[in-house]
Amino acid sequence: MTAELLEVTDLHAYIGSPKGVVRAVDGVSFDLRRGEALGVVGESGSGKSVMARAIMGLMPARSDRTGEILFKGRDLLGLSRKELQEIWGPQIAMVFQDPGRSLNPVVRIERQLTEGMRRHLGISRSEANTRALDLLKEVGVPDPEQRLRAYPHELSGGMRQRVMIAVALACEPDLLIADEPTTALDVTIQRQVLDLLRRVQTERGMSLMLISHDLHVVAGRTDRTAVMYAGRLAEIGESHEVFEDPRHRYTSALLGATPSIEHARHAPLNVISGSLPSPTDPPPGCRFAPRCAAASEACDSAQPAMLGVGVDHAVACLNPTNMREGELVGR
Amino acid sequence: MWSDILRRGGYALLVILLVTIGVQALMALAPGSVAEVILGEAATPEAVAAMNAELGFDRPFFVQYFDWLFSALQGDLGTSPITHIPVTEAIMQRLPVTLELAVLALSIALLVAIPLAVLSATFPNSGLDRGINAVTSAFLSIPAFVAGPVLVFFFAVTMKTLPALGWTPIEEGLGPNLRGAILPALAVALTEIAAFHRVLRADLIGTLREDYVAAARAKGMTGTYVLFRHAFRPSSFSLLTISGLSLARLIGGTIIVEALFVLPGIGQLISSSIIQRDVVTVQGVVAFIAVGFVVINMLVDVGYGAIDPRVRRGPRARKAPVAAKARTTQGKAVSA
Ligand SMILES: Nc1ncnc2c1ncn2[C@@H]1O[C@H](COP(=O)(O)OP(=O)(O)OP(=O)(O)O)[C@@H](O)[C@H]1O
Ligand SMILES: [Mg+2]
Repeated sequence: MTAELLEVTDLHAYIGSPKGVVRAVDGVSFDLRRGEALGVVGESGSGKSVMARAIMGLMPARSDRTGEILFKGRDLLGLSRKELQEIWGPQIAMVFQDPGRSLNPVVRIERQLTEGMRRHLGISRSEANTRALDLLKEVGVPDPEQRLRAYPHELSGGMRQRVMIAVALACEPDLLIADEPTTALDVTIQRQVLDLLRRVQTERGMSLMLISHDLHVVAGRTDRTAVMYAGRLAEIGESHEVFEDPRHRYTSALLGATPSIEHARHAPLNVISGSLPSPTDPPPGCRFAPRCAAASEACDSAQPAMLGVGVDHAVACLNPTNMREGELVGR
Repeated sequence: MWSDILRRGGYALLVILLVTIGVQALMALAPGSVAEVILGEAATPEAVAAMNAELGFDRPFFVQYFDWLFSALQGDLGTSPITHIPVTEAIMQRLPVTLELAVLALSIALLVAIPLAVLSATFPNSGLDRGINAVTSAFLSIPAFVAGPVLVFFFAVTMKTLPALGWTPIEEGLGPNLRGAILPALAVALTEIAAFHRVLRADLIGTLREDYVAAARAKGMTGTYVLFRHAFRPSSFSLLTISGLSLARLIGGTIIVEALFVLPGIGQLISSSIIQRDVVTVQGVVAFIAVGFVVINMLVDVGYGAIDPRVRRGPRARKAPVAAKARTTQGKAVSA
């Protein structure tokens, strides 16, 4: 058994749109180890959700994926829908962005929580209900018996997202992908839900991919962090390193720019000037170059390769910040 | 709750009043009178006037109307001056025919339209979807008075499998009864299929894009399960609405089809009474149809509640599913 649960190599995910082909994910490679929590951060539109859905295999119509997504050594890209349906739930599960929209408004919590278990674990209705009660307790939902019989609109946003997490945990997946699980919630609830995710992840020894646009949120609750910009990785490394010693200027900018739930309400906010490049017609060189203070001509002509900077820390930049003697070793 | 019932009751009463006043006014404005029909063309104006006075048709408009209304509220719709049959009895004689035809036509339309819409929505804009659209649109553009004879020619004349016209009451056996009802029901159903298919297709396609459908798929549930156990119910609002409207319209009688297939239904009763200037019968039948319409509307409202639990809390929450479809309320407002 290898340490890597998920090995993504040169993943591209393109979506057809009226304005042309959106290159939402454009050459991303990373590993996710067993029992590890990986944060994925980037501003809105950087391709985080598309990447999550590309890994899941839940792509919109008129889209295309290339590359390799090895999950337990099997390439997910080669699997049929039927094979994927056996993986979704007991192997990989997903928590979506907005709990107000990811629970079916006309179906009781009970069925939404138990249908996956009944399908994948082949257990009876009463067994599934017992497990559902345990799950709701695990994710901190009070009055679980009553909540099972409720409809989603009878629950608060925070409760709904706890239910969604219970749904995702139901079949004991090895990998949980949480795509901005708290952006629709208010600040105090956000922190509770994020802490809950981290808790169940460590308790269960599960792997977690936690997507967020807030680097601060991710850094304290994950082992490693990947920073995404315009469909590509800008930087990846151990979370505390990326957070304390960012080597990509986009990461530094992101750290300064995000109003974080971890901060006082009126902390000064540095906005990154400029905007994301066109997703249909990205620049040939470094995608951050147009917004980068240190960009040179070389940055505009070729896409920078991932450069190892220290142990388990890599950055896609020709001229990373804070370089130390003898560090310039390509990888 | 009670205010809701009162509000709906008031609305129903208003509809019925407006419709019956309107009909009486139209019948009063139309040339000719019952007396002329009864006495024949040779009758003198004096004899006609005397007869109309005897029947009470010379009284002022609103006196006649309220007289009718008070009897009607006590369940007495009057007796036809022409056939001397009480109007309620005439309606009760015809109702089984029309009701059966309406329910049968609606069932056929739904049975055909629902699977087609599911296919269309599963493969939107595919060749299959386009093909289905073309066929149902063709159905829509064939009026019942064309579809009827074509169906008769095909099934009754050429294949001789079904009777061409006439009605066998259900008491004389379900088989013969259905054999007589199926062709007219089919003629009526054809035009409904296109509309049913179109609204359900559009709603299903919208629902299939919802996050909760993706979430259900992400649990590893099969496509069919997701479609029928997650997407179908929230997609059926418009279908329920227009099914209710169709049913209400069909209960009012399908005059053309009833005439075409010689069926003793409500539609036939109305058309013959209008021709005979039978004000009493027309008024009674119209009042009956208005009540039927109101009742069906209420059933549709109850149906909304059955589809979506968010509707069950009274009239103000009723808009929730529509608004929620477009943009579900963010957790923010409620989470604190
Ligand atoms: N279904 C789609 N059709 C066309 N383009 C899409 C679709 N989904 C996403 N995109 C495009 O792909 C790019 C990446 O979008 P994505 O949703 O992955 O961003 P994100 O990083 O998740 O942003 P956010 O933080 O706002 O969720 C954007 O340019 C977006 O417009
Ligand atoms: Mg997103």
